Amino acid sequence: MLRKFRNITPFQVILVTVFTALAAFMSLPIVFILNHAFKPQNELFLFPPQFLVQNPTMRNFESLILHASNATVPFTRYLFNSLIVAGLTLGAVIIVSTMAGYVLAKYQFHFKQLILALITLSLMFAPETVGIPRYLIISGLGINNTYFGHILPALASPIAVFMLVGFISQIPGELLEAAKIDGASHFGIFAKIVLPLSTPAIATISIFTFQGVWGDVETSTLFMQEETMRTLAFYVNSLLSGLQNSVSGQNVAAAAGLLMFVPNLIIFLLFQRRVLETMVHSGIK
Amino acid sequence: MNTQLAPSLERPKSKATAIRAKWNRFWREMRRDAFVYLFLAPFLICFLLFIVIPVIMAATLGFTSYDGFGSLHFIGLANYISLFTQDIIFLTKAIPNTFLFALIVGPGGYILAFVFAWLIHQLPIRIRDYYTLAFYAPSMAGGVALSVVWIAAFSGDRVGYFNNFLLGMGWIDSPVIWLQDPKYLLNIMIIVSLWVSFSVGFLAMLAGLQTVNRELYEAGRIDGISSRLQEVFYITIPSMKPQMLFSAVMSIVGTLKAGGISTQLTGMAITPSYSGHLIINHIDDYAFIRFELGYASAVSVMLLIFSYFAMRFAYRLFGSKEEL
Repeated sequence: MLRKFRNITPFQVILVTVFTALAAFMSLPIVFILNHAFKPQNELFLFPPQFLVQNPTMRNFESLILHASNATVPFTRYLFNSLIVAGLTLGAVIIVSTMAGYVLAKYQFHFKQLILALITLSLMFAPETVGIPRYLIISGLGINNTYFGHILPALASPIAVFMLVGFISQIPGELLEAAKIDGASHFGIFAKIVLPLSTPAIATISIFTFQGVWGDVETSTLFMQEETMRTLAFYVNSLLSGLQNSVSGQNVAAAAGLLMFVPNLIIFLLFQRRVLETMVHSGIK
Repeated sequence: MNTQLAPSLERPKSKATAIRAKWNRFWREMRRDAFVYLFLAPFLICFLLFIVIPVIMAATLGFTSYDGFGSLHFIGLANYISLFTQDIIFLTKAIPNTFLFALIVGPGGYILAFVFAWLIHQLPIRIRDYYTLAFYAPSMAGGVALSVVWIAAFSGDRVGYFNNFLLGMGWIDSPVIWLQDPKYLLNIMIIVSLWVSFSVGFLAMLAGLQTVNRELYEAGRIDGISSRLQEVFYITIPSMKPQMLFSAVMSIVGTLKAGGISTQLTGMAITPSYSGHLIINHIDDYAFIRFELGYASAVSVMLLIFSYFAMRFAYRLFGSKEEL
């Protein structure tokens, strides 16, 4: 134990103290939303305003859930839709993007440069600006009001492919050559070498793909006309927009915000650990 | 090859065979690479359907006058001409605001993300996770969830947290209406955006830092690198170019796309006297309030051109020949 402490340099001591203060400061919004979500109505109007909650209550969450069960679509339906959509999208994006990233990084073929140029170009186009053409295509395919309407647009994820191309091109080519000599098929190489070796990058894209899908309101608003097919993000957002300018609704809004935040946090914690583990133990350094 | 007496007669045929030979070779190569296209197909189909084709449709709309319901009229460059000659709000508000916002939040957020990622990397492994989480959490919560935080913090009365703090310190005499005052809105937007700028790019940098070969540092020390700053410039950054590039692209995109933030802060689609009006707000204004989709598409094409040049700059900085 003592020897461990002796190894710590003054640089690290200063770094850790300054950094702890900074990190605490940066996470203030999260601490705030966590406290605000449990505040009873009367604590919102206190003067001077209190940052921390004094008498935590679950009422905000109750009213959030009860509010929906009075409506035609129960709260659990939104939750179910969100879970299905997020889960399926995450799996599909990982497989589809890694497959594309692998061949784009490691093989020469016709149209390769064109596809790469298109991907990098498309990184910068805001999807909001193409909402209407997208709607026309979705209804042309006849997949509005189905889960495909949620999932398929998310599969076109140039960010994920872009990142995987960068990452997979760092995997030494000799490794793939060796596998080929040992008689592995294309799919074998992909499943046994490329997929495991790119786990760090896959973990990273999982984090932001989930985040994007979970918080996405656009597909529910534009492509889903039936209320039963819409997701939790849409429901929370419709709550927030009504409460924006009144102090009295802030606690319910914070509760809804917390509800959107927690699954993101769980997914992040789940995959962040994988990122570090794979980085420390994998062969690519 | 051709030794006949009248080669001119044969030329068309040989040209045709040359094309056919080329086609055959092309086809053979396509067949040989079939598995490549098979691997690429699912992504490529979705990519074409939901990104390429919509973008082409939007770009064509830029040359038309279209309200979303009626018929399309081709009006040539009229949208672009009026954009640069008549649209006072675009020229005096949207462009300067976007440039100021993008210049501070883009490079500023990028440098901050790198500095903090590097500092986190210097910490002992066991505690790194907690710091990563602390910095990443605000951007993870996302715009919708955090808007309630900013609204409460910058509230215009004494109950607002920021006002209360400043009054307590004696730095201001009366509460300031932060979010409705044109003087402060853009600054608050910049602060808030910097706060949530530790997003995907930050994670990519952290991942990149771990792939740097440790032996390089020792080799560098032998070659005469003395300070940590030199280490960062000569070893760390060159070794993680792909991640630096990715992160740069992400911050450019994030900055130019930002626009929702002003609406979330003020609760209005158009900010007070256009003080927080960015190009994206201009697009939303014309597309979803005035339903002039043609004009809105022309504006978004301009935004696309701006970001293209920003992107070229990033590639000049971090691009290398092998990757991409």
